[in-house]
Amino acid sequence: MKVVVDEDKCVAAGQCVSAAMDVFDQRDEDGIVVLLNENPPPELADDVRNAAAVCPALAIRIEE
Amino acid sequence: MTEADVRLAPDEPVYYYQDDRDAKCPYAPPPGLRALNDEAPISRGRIWDGSTPWLVTGHAAQRAILSDPRVSSDDKQAGFPYPNQAMAENAPHHPLTIFNADGADHTRIRRMMTRPFTRPRMEALRPEIQRFTDELIDKMLAGPKPVNLTTALSLPLPSLMICALLGVPYEDHEFFQKHARVATTSEKTAEDDRAAGEALGGYLANLLQVKMETPADDVLSDFAARIKAGDLTLPEATLLSMILLIAGHETSATMITLGTGLLLDNPEQLRLLRETDDPKIVANAVDEILRYLTVATFGQRRIAREDFAFEGADIKAGDGIIVPLPAGNWDPVAFPDPERLDLTRKATHHHAFGWGIHQCLGQQLARIELQVVYGTLYRRIPTLRLAVDRDELKFRPADALAFGVSELPVTW
Repeated sequence: MKVVVDEDKCVAAGQCVSAAMDVFDQRDEDGIVVLLNENPPPELADDVRNAAAVCPALAIRIEE
Repeated sequence: MTEADVRLAPDEPVYYYQDDRDAKCPYAPPPGLRALNDEAPISRGRIWDGSTPWLVTGHAAQRAILSDPRVSSDDKQAGFPYPNQAMAENAPHHPLTIFNADGADHTRIRRMMTRPFTRPRMEALRPEIQRFTDELIDKMLAGPKPVNLTTALSLPLPSLMICALLGVPYEDHEFFQKHARVATTSEKTAEDDRAAGEALGGYLANLLQVKMETPADDVLSDFAARIKAGDLTLPEATLLSMILLIAGHETSATMITLGTGLLLDNPEQLRLLRETDDPKIVANAVDEILRYLTVATFGQRRIAREDFAFEGADIKAGDGIIVPLPAGNWDPVAFPDPERLDLTRKATHHHAFGWGIHQCLGQQLARIELQVVYGTLYRRIPTLRLAVDRDELKFRPADALAFGVSELPVTW
């Protein structure tokens, strides 16, 4: 699984951090998404798919 | 009459949006609104001014339309479906805000407001939210009963938190809560609306000037620094502060009061919150209660920039579009048996905070406030119950910007 984030689209809703905090964080100065691990292990795959699904700005893309 | 009206056959039945809730099920969306979804995910509705914008009620359709760049939030365009007359009259004077800006303008404004509300920052506030909650409950238990939950807990907690974040003195809460109520009600004149805005604006502009001289570690001081640096003007910073102050307490307060009413009507579900100390179970329960109640009943308002086909509908440039969030949150395709409150249901994909780039900025603060309150109140007061018959509760009219009940007398 490979995760790609689009910082320009991100609106700092924080939903990805709630869904998968080992994979996503937010930049402190403006809340923009920070990708901690672009190749998350299989045990986090469901959480990461959920993070992409709840991102209101569609800023997270997953390549399986 | 708008252009959209012309294309409706004169005898075509049109749903009146927004009709009232069923008095027997005040926690559920209006039955007529729910029924629309059985026909199609998009239909027409008539609003207060007689115009007939599109109503997008299906959950998947709401996601699609709220992410569609052919749809605009610009409330200065003719045909925009305003929630009420006061807002329609004042719209030409509205400056650009996170609510009515699109694209790059929206991104620029939003990014100036996001820093204090990130998930990690909100998580760090949890102990303080817990402390305020415990203190308010201590005070409730020490005082007379019955007590109105709204004034004892629902309103003070989010007000204390947003004041601390912004750097607004909580001692002034009666002043700003009074004006915030005008901003969020539909029962007002355009003049009342302007007067409330001017009173709050004057107050916040004054505070911003104080913060320019003596900054502290708070959001208003951030804005004050941006004014000094030339990135923001004083009127812009005043407006951003006002949005945060109003949105920061009124909606959370409504959710605490209304959620408690709903849970007292569903004792089996309430038991789950009373008996768990697992933060994951509480967090899940909060999202289900958010889905179920969806207090932002007025819906997201939009206008089409161009002609396009959508879910079988023929949308034209200039058509008003309303996205009634409660309908999407009760779409049985997305949430099977939507009328069943099930605190174990996976509901994080609900639209209670909206969807798309305008999704609620303060949602992580709201979630943690609700997690702390719902996770604490019923455990500390297991015998909590309504002090009046449910029929006596006075719900706000269906067209209020946030649905709710101002008084919830409880005892234990």
